[in-house]
Amino acid sequence: MLPIVEHPAAAKEFVTNPDRSRWHDRALWFVRSKRDLQASSLPEWEYLRQTASQIKTHTIANLAHYLEQFEQNAIAAGAKVYWAEDAAEHNEIVLQILREHRTSRIVKSKSMLTEECGLNHHLEANGIDVVDTDLGERIVQLRKETPSHIVLPAIHIKKEEVGETFHEHLGTEAGASDPKYLTEAARGHLRDKFLAGQIGITGVNFAIAETGGIVVCTNEGNADLGTSIPKVHIACMGIEKLVPRQRDLGVFTRLLARSATGQPITSYTSHFIGPKDDQSELHIILVDNGRTKLRSSPTFRAAMHCIRCGACMNTCPVYRRSGGHSYRATVPGPIGSVLSPTRDPNSYKSLPYACSLCGSCSDVCPVKIPLHHQLLAWRGELVGKKLLPMGKRVAMTLASHLFRHPRLFTTAGAIGRLSLRVMPRWMTHNRFNKWSIARDMPKPPQESFRNWHRRHRGN
Amino acid sequence: MIQQTPSRRAILDRIKTQPVEGPALPDVDPNIVIAFDDPVAKFQEMLIAVGGQSHVVSSYEAVGKTLQTFDEFASAKHLVSLVPEAVAGTVSTESVRDPLAYATVDWTIAKGEFMVAENGAIWVDGKTLPHRVLLFIAQYLAIVVKKSEIVSNMHQAYERVDGFGGPFGIFVSGPSKTADIEQSLVLGAHGCRKLQVFIVDDK
Ligand code: SF4
Repeated sequence: MLPIVEHPAAAKEFVTNPDRSRWHDRALWFVRSKRDLQASSLPEWEYLRQTASQIKTHTIANLAHYLEQFEQNAIAAGAKVYWAEDAAEHNEIVLQILREHRTSRIVKSKSMLTEECGLNHHLEANGIDVVDTDLGERIVQLRKETPSHIVLPAIHIKKEEVGETFHEHLGTEAGASDPKYLTEAARGHLRDKFLAGQIGITGVNFAIAETGGIVVCTNEGNADLGTSIPKVHIACMGIEKLVPRQRDLGVFTRLLARSATGQPITSYTSHFIGPKDDQSELHIILVDNGRTKLRSSPTFRAAMHCIRCGACMNTCPVYRRSGGHSYRATVPGPIGSVLSPTRDPNSYKSLPYACSLCGSCSDVCPVKIPLHHQLLAWRGELVGKKLLPMGKRVAMTLASHLFRHPRLFTTAGAIGRLSLRVMPRWMTHNRFNKWSIARDMPKPPQESFRNWHRRHRGN
Repeated sequence: MIQQTPSRRAILDRIKTQPVEGPALPDVDPNIVIAFDDPVAKFQEMLIAVGGQSHVVSSYEAVGKTLQTFDEFASAKHLVSLVPEAVAGTVSTESVRDPLAYATVDWTIAKGEFMVAENGAIWVDGKTLPHRVLLFIAQYLAIVVKKSEIVSNMHQAYERVDGFGGPFGIFVSGPSKTADIEQSLVLGAHGCRKLQVFIVDDK
């Protein structure tokens, strides 16, 4: 069982370092602004979002049909297709393929699914050397950390810190922090790994039922180097990645990079149908790991639309200031706060509260997931499941009692106004009142709203 | 052959026993999406924005002449040319099957099928490549494409690649790049350091 994540506690280190928190906030706002520029450059932006959402809703509704169609076509093209119920089975399948090829050197390109499944751990525990080849992921891997963002894995790390990490692991000059110099060092280091890699593992951005093909999008070209050199390509995908037809990609490739990093398209958008040649192999693993459960929920089903662009994180005021690691989940931010409690409501019950309900995430989401509505709905579910923290539960019960008894409410209001005026600071600012940790108490009004209303509007 | 494993059956069963109503599959209305009066100009503008460079030339011979003006080309030793009418290569691809044999390639000159104006992407069909690694392993990449082969947007692009039966096809937009270190854009991550696109005027 995972430890229960209290988002406020996990975020404390980050938010109490104002310089870092502000720097992080600005870095992500910069990405969000680039996204806005791209979105406004297309007059049909809202039409695209609408269409994307409809394609996804259609696909998820007819998922069994499209999965079977995909499998059939992928096999016809020469790929091997596997189905995995959960993370453990997925990891076992990958390990099995590696064992059959007696391989120990893997080049992996960024895949949130393999992060979700904890693949690296599993392989390393079995004596296999896994090299993450996306620059941000490699930085995080060398530092023995996890990604803090699904598109920008190292967004929380400063260039000086990358310099230290590279000095230690790649022998770059001490104190170097120039991104160009550091990237060049990583290029040389990873090229050796690519040339030595025996099997390439990638994620999948889109899978096409009609052709049995898969699409992988990267800017660095690491997925391509990592799959064109080795003879074996293992592609790991969640079952929600399907689209029915190849032409549906017209909609999604237009939305993905624009929403993610504010680019018009990723540098490389690669389409694979079957293995390279008759000497090569393509293995595709279809993973459920909770997705069919999500599908069975009318309230949260739309979360399956997610194309992992990260736009909701970049815009989220809570994420930007608290950092991705505070969510203690593979997918952080608004979508992570919807997905994680589906998997384990008890461990992740504080995440739906890591949200100001500002609605910005729902506005930017390219596939129109009503994220803030879902977060609100989660709060309702958690109350129903009696999974609210003790403090909140007691307070809510008292408040509800108060609201249901008008006389009591009036009296409480009067006491409240009086006490706010006369109470000394130590009585409100102490460790029992979490609300006042970083705030002053409000100035109480002279009279109650009820009185004011009676005087001005009443007759 | 489809392998009927317990997991496959369980996943499909869970989906099938949970029927969900959904809308019909929508098609994109071609009249709603963006188009450009001068798609070539838009393509050039977008290519610069994504870090590449383009050159409109009057003939295939002019491609080689322009390339010679780049220092990194003039000093290059290992060239793979898949457009021999434009440039002669120095590395033969015949009977080479091992991708590692291309590890020292300085330049690959590849053939592009068509350009996409809205994002500066070029479609390269894997069938035109003796080995697909050539697009990614070369330090520098040039793609030669005909001026008349252009579409405005990705919907039209996918119409063009509709019959594409694999095994590999790719939209290339700009050189390989990264911004993983403090959001500073650096060109040349793992793939090519620069991308030169030659637009051959065939009208
Ligand atoms: S929920 Fe929407 S905005 Fe957030 S990552 Fe997924 S697709 Fe992008």
